[in-house]
Amino acid sequence: MALRDTKGRPLVAVTGMGVVTSLGQGKNDTWAALTAGKSGIHRIERFPTEGLRTTIAGTIDSVDVEPFCAPMLSERLALLAAEEAVGQSGLSSSDFPGALFIAVPPVEMEWPQREALAQASDQTGEVTYKDLLKAAGTGRFKPWHDLFIFGTVADRVADRFGTKGSPISLSTACSSGATAIQLGVEAIRRGETDTALCIGTDGSVNPESLIRFSLLSALSTQNENPEGASKPFSKNRDGFVMGEGGAALVLENAESAKARGATILGYVLGCGEKGDGFHRTRSSPDGMPAITAIRQALEDAGVIPEDIDTINAHGTSTPENDKMEAMSCTVVFGERMANVPISSNKSMIGHTLTAAGAVEAVMSLMTIGTGRIPPTINYQVPDPAIPLDVVPNVARDRQVSYVLSNSFGFGGQNTCLVFGAEPKGA
Amino acid sequence: MRDVVITGIGLVSCAGEGLETHLTALAGGGLPNTDAATFEPFPVHPAAPLEWDRQIPKKSDQRQMEPWQKLGCYAAGLALDAAGAKDDAALKSRMQLIVSAGGGERDYGVDGQILTGLRQADNPGVFLNERLMGDLRPTLFLAQLSNLLAGNISIVHGVTGASRTFMGEESSGVDAIRIARERIASGQDEIFLVGGSYNAERPDVLLIYEMGGFLWKKPFASVWERPASGGGMILGSGGCFLVLESREHAAARGVKPLAAIAGVASDRSRRQPGSIEGALHKLSTQLGAKPDVVFSGATGIKGITDEEQAALKDIAPGAAVHATGDLVGHTMEAQAPTGVALAAGLIAQGDVSEALVTSVGHWRGEGAIRLIKA
Repeated sequence: MALRDTKGRPLVAVTGMGVVTSLGQGKNDTWAALTAGKSGIHRIERFPTEGLRTTIAGTIDSVDVEPFCAPMLSERLALLAAEEAVGQSGLSSSDFPGALFIAVPPVEMEWPQREALAQASDQTGEVTYKDLLKAAGTGRFKPWHDLFIFGTVADRVADRFGTKGSPISLSTACSSGATAIQLGVEAIRRGETDTALCIGTDGSVNPESLIRFSLLSALSTQNENPEGASKPFSKNRDGFVMGEGGAALVLENAESAKARGATILGYVLGCGEKGDGFHRTRSSPDGMPAITAIRQALEDAGVIPEDIDTINAHGTSTPENDKMEAMSCTVVFGERMANVPISSNKSMIGHTLTAAGAVEAVMSLMTIGTGRIPPTINYQVPDPAIPLDVVPNVARDRQVSYVLSNSFGFGGQNTCLVFGAEPKGA
Repeated sequence: MRDVVITGIGLVSCAGEGLETHLTALAGGGLPNTDAATFEPFPVHPAAPLEWDRQIPKKSDQRQMEPWQKLGCYAAGLALDAAGAKDDAALKSRMQLIVSAGGGERDYGVDGQILTGLRQADNPGVFLNERLMGDLRPTLFLAQLSNLLAGNISIVHGVTGASRTFMGEESSGVDAIRIARERIASGQDEIFLVGGSYNAERPDVLLIYEMGGFLWKKPFASVWERPASGGGMILGSGGCFLVLESREHAAARGVKPLAAIAGVASDRSRRQPGSIEGALHKLSTQLGAKPDVVFSGATGIKGITDEEQAALKDIAPGAAVHATGDLVGHTMEAQAPTGVALAAGLIAQGDVSEALVTSVGHWRGEGAIRLIKA
């Protein structure tokens, strides 16, 4: 088999994968639950939910960090996923021989820290930022500078694994995890590195994050039955459910991976992306940016629509996304789309936001590796406007050679990846 | 590998707007505009007043943005104008975008009221929920999100190839330019808009850096003079965007390049005494730098600023050394792009043939960019 793709670029193999979600720690636990159609969504116990419109999420409660805040949890989820991935790859976990690309949630100081500063200021009247600044000047809160700047999670992960060069922290909103993988693929194709550690992580279910999405009417409010709330492609879908997760992939130049005798789990064959200048939160009504991103990914992978066996949907369960995604896929895949299985992991894991693209990349590769397509659960009321095979409620066994994974985000972000068991024509 | 040239620059800061204005201010050598009163005892370099309508025509767009996004969007528009790309919708629809960004502003009044109320609240968690649900403006979230500067540039200016947002303070500015350059040099893409912006006139960012003990609290002094008095940085509001493209692509459009980016190098280290000096030597060797002029992103922080000054004496003996911070303040994610803009400006004027831009992050990350005549 040639170790270069049809465009003459190095083939990019996946030699390690790790994942942690509300369904379990490790890819095997998550995969078992996912293919059993189990939901990880539950009532939020981390903070009081009185007064909120949404009181459910796919939080990861088994991981404890101190102080409890989004960057600490996101760092820990990234480390857990990366330990599993790097461990599987057989590469050094203290002197990792490649670059780090990590999708991290935007961080800022949180309410417990603001409260601690307010208290330390000794202000007994109206609290203002002047008081917080006064408390900050005592030097007692020095570690919080490091904790709440944007480069810290990446720096700590880089330090832990000994990755090479300046680590890239990135955000493309809800397609961030896919972009981290894309950056790794590109660096290997350009020959800058033979290996890349690509991570998506998000542990940001806290009151203010949840409320921000809630105020944009983006979240499901079907709180009565948490496990049933995320219902992508269903007629009665009413928004996404926040989730937490971390996922890591070790990408490797296929030639060097084979030379060292590594087990190849699959290939990242193609990446596509397209910006959308239509609106901050909505996509162009004609779906062209998403359509272009899908077509680019297929073209980049050297495959045609007929080659794709299944689609790992972005499938957020918002009225807008699922409609637009179905429409975009139908334009690309034509009449065949009615018979292309398209399922949403988010029906069980929720929307892990920054991590989602990476989590779903791992699940796409597990689909290829096991020949089992995870279902879209909670599919009881089909949406007549979306006449697709969403793999309703029960996993399906079938040989899968090529998977398309879609990721879309606020700010006009559209990123699509194609994974394969082998490159086409191998 | 293909040559990568700069064909457009958009710059706004306390010195005003536009490359010419900044080069004039640089040549004049005066003190930068400083606001010592608003956030006393913390001086900041405030953005010059801008007529937003000139680059962000729709009021509805302006309302959706907080100042950091508006500064970036404005600077991006200037860069597109300068590159002769503003009115070429087809070109902009395939132009790639990398933005180096932090996050956005908060509602300071609401934060203060909540903190005041939390002290007496019977059930603080429930109080917080109720106040946030009632008092947060829904659109504020979009004005805070890191990737929404890129999103706004796509909406306002129609730059819709695809966007990626890099985070991580100063390093993100260097790495945005590095990756854009590599993608062009390797033939993956033809044209990029790259840059960042920063609003320093915000108590929440002052808070972060004051917690770390990084802020200068005395009247303005040059970054090189500050370490002797304890050191510290003065944050600056501003934005800088660059249009980068392959030499062939620029020639085909009939656009004259200002300068070429010969190389970008960046790394991280576990910092200890001597590591900045070592890193700058290593980066400049890697780039083969022999600069006539240096634009340093030095912060004024004790230790790292002294080490940079010492390293530059070896790396660039005889070169004029300008601290970008002494012209515009420390604009964090936008600092490295700003240094590149100024260096390209001097090269385009014919004053110098080679420039080195340094970026030693206030806390982590070291980078350098080498520019030569186009």
